[in-house]
Amino acid sequence: MNWLTNFVRPKIRALVGKETPDNLWEKCPSCEQMIFHRELETALRVCPHCDHHMRLGAPARLEMLFDEGSHTRIELPQPTADPLKFRDRKRYTERLKEAQQQSGESDATIVAHGQIEGMSAVIAVLDFNFMGGSMGMAVGDALIAAARLAVLQEAPLITITSSGGARMQEGILSLMQLPRTVIAVDEVKEAGLPYVVVLADPTTGGVSASFAMLGDIAIAEPGALIGFAGARVIEETIREALPEGFQRAEYLLDHGVVDMVSHRHELRATLVRLFRLLKDRSPAAEVVPLPEAGVAVGDSSTGSAAGKEAEPAPAAEAAPAPVPDATPVPPAKED
Amino acid sequence: MRHFLDFEQPIAELESKIEELRHLSDADEINIAEEVERLEVKSDRLLRQTYGNLSPWQKVQVARHPERPHSSDYVSGLIEDFVPLAGDRVFAEDQAILGGLGRFRGRTVIVLGHEKGGDTDGRVKHNFGMARPEGYRKAKRLMELADRFRLPVVTLVDTAGAYPGVGAEERGQAEAIARSIETCLEVSVPLISIIIGEGGSGGAVALAAADRVLMLEHAIYSVISPEGCASILWKDGSYAEQAADALKLTSADLAKLGVVDQVIEEPLGGAHRAPGEMIEAVGDALEPVIYALASEDRDNLRAMRRRKYLNIGKKGLG
Ligand SMILES: [Zn+2]
Repeated sequence: MNWLTNFVRPKIRALVGKETPDNLWEKCPSCEQMIFHRELETALRVCPHCDHHMRLGAPARLEMLFDEGSHTRIELPQPTADPLKFRDRKRYTERLKEAQQQSGESDATIVAHGQIEGMSAVIAVLDFNFMGGSMGMAVGDALIAAARLAVLQEAPLITITSSGGARMQEGILSLMQLPRTVIAVDEVKEAGLPYVVVLADPTTGGVSASFAMLGDIAIAEPGALIGFAGARVIEETIREALPEGFQRAEYLLDHGVVDMVSHRHELRATLVRLFRLLKDRSPAAEVVPLPEAGVAVGDSSTGSAAGKEAEPAPAAEAAPAPVPDATPVPPAKED
Repeated sequence: MRHFLDFEQPIAELESKIEELRHLSDADEINIAEEVERLEVKSDRLLRQTYGNLSPWQKVQVARHPERPHSSDYVSGLIEDFVPLAGDRVFAEDQAILGGLGRFRGRTVIVLGHEKGGDTDGRVKHNFGMARPEGYRKAKRLMELADRFRLPVVTLVDTAGAYPGVGAEERGQAEAIARSIETCLEVSVPLISIIIGEGGSGGAVALAAADRVLMLEHAIYSVISPEGCASILWKDGSYAEQAADALKLTSADLAKLGVVDQVIEEPLGGAHRAPGEMIEAVGDALEPVIYALASEDRDNLRAMRRRKYLNIGKKGLG
């Protein structure tokens, strides 16, 4: 498709002037190349030139993960709108109405269930397009509904987060969604079901400080902004420039906050692999014999090995234990 | 020298006049005594009037008053044999949150509290009560300890918010807060939170997802500071007063919303005017709550706590 970008683009730009119609071309915010709209959508809004992951709407996220894109949305509870009668420069009810008209959704979360490689799964996805994916009562209620559906279906729960944080217009009630969503995902964990979080750009504030950080497995999208405090607030507080890549997915991986950074095109395969591992935990037919009690195992613990039923018996001439990574680690910086 | 807030200026003037008169010795003694008494009555009335009608924005000022009793004051006033416990066992000891084991009116408890510090050195040492991830990880550790030994947990909330810093983010500030909230909701021992000053957002709720949330009359509890809210939603920080109104951050509003279970009345003119009285009042409010919760079945306690949070927000301001 390079010929399109390299050759046609200048002509079109000349024709339409500075403004390129949205429905035809989109400029990659990272490499600034023009990308043909249809090509970008096919690539799930990953730039074909530089691999930059642009924000992806909630419906497209559901389609890309479920088998053949097929899924069933559940109806979500409708909490009291505008519990505080909040008004800044505009009424909250007006902002809400605008967001609803623009998106066709009632709030920032969609919950759906379906199959992923034949395995049932429930997905709750936050849509950044709806008031910055901010979390109020409706988002909290949606997460609770999603968790209960997962428990009912004995299916894993996946949450895909992109949110600026709590919805200020719901005041303290938005803060109360932190404990509420934590309870929701704990219900899934207590039922012995996997809870996987996909952290998309951006995941900050109250959403990051609650259900988004509690995944059994935490997967971040490349380049996603993930953190608690806003970069501007931090800069104003410490009066220093922030380090390169600060609060980006790769930076978080380096600092131990996420398990992995997964390319959007690999995400589905990653989830499938994880769910298979967690679902089929032992060989279907044979029972693996337990190592004899008292025999040194790995860390030479003398306790019974009964708890480690899935562990294969150690080979007689076990390879020497791996030497801990001796790479010197730079001292952690104090704030 | 007492620190007066802007809106307290008329009271300040009266009080300094009273002081002045008291130091006069050459004038007619009886007349002075009468005048002092008259002014004292006036000042008392003014104080009552002012503090009976504080606006949300004025409450924000009172909640942040530097002479307001802090967590350490409540600990020294209410907890005997206090043994401070330190460290997250991973990275550091964060003095923005104090924690320890002690005896409250005969009963062993774990105490956790944001500590803002009393003077300049103290404020620096305690990082103005703004905790880093280590603080929340210490809180989690001590709550788990309480669970293991079946000790009630009392948390004192007084923070502008979690510390916004590079290191804090690197070490997982969001994760630490989320985990602390999770632990609050998981323990099978009574967990009581008291909002003593400022309840600032995630950094506050990290210690306050409790069976019972008690709140001092003039304390505040909010998802964001009024200044922060104004600069985001009004795009102008000078609208903080309007934001303070809109956010419904006062104890009365929060009690109506069901976020706060009980409001503890403050001494006339606010906790900072009579810290000793305030601390005793907190102890008196806390005692029956701990007593009632301690007799609950452990599993039931946890289930009730969850139910409480799942139901929050359903009733609105009424
Ligand atoms: Zn690009």
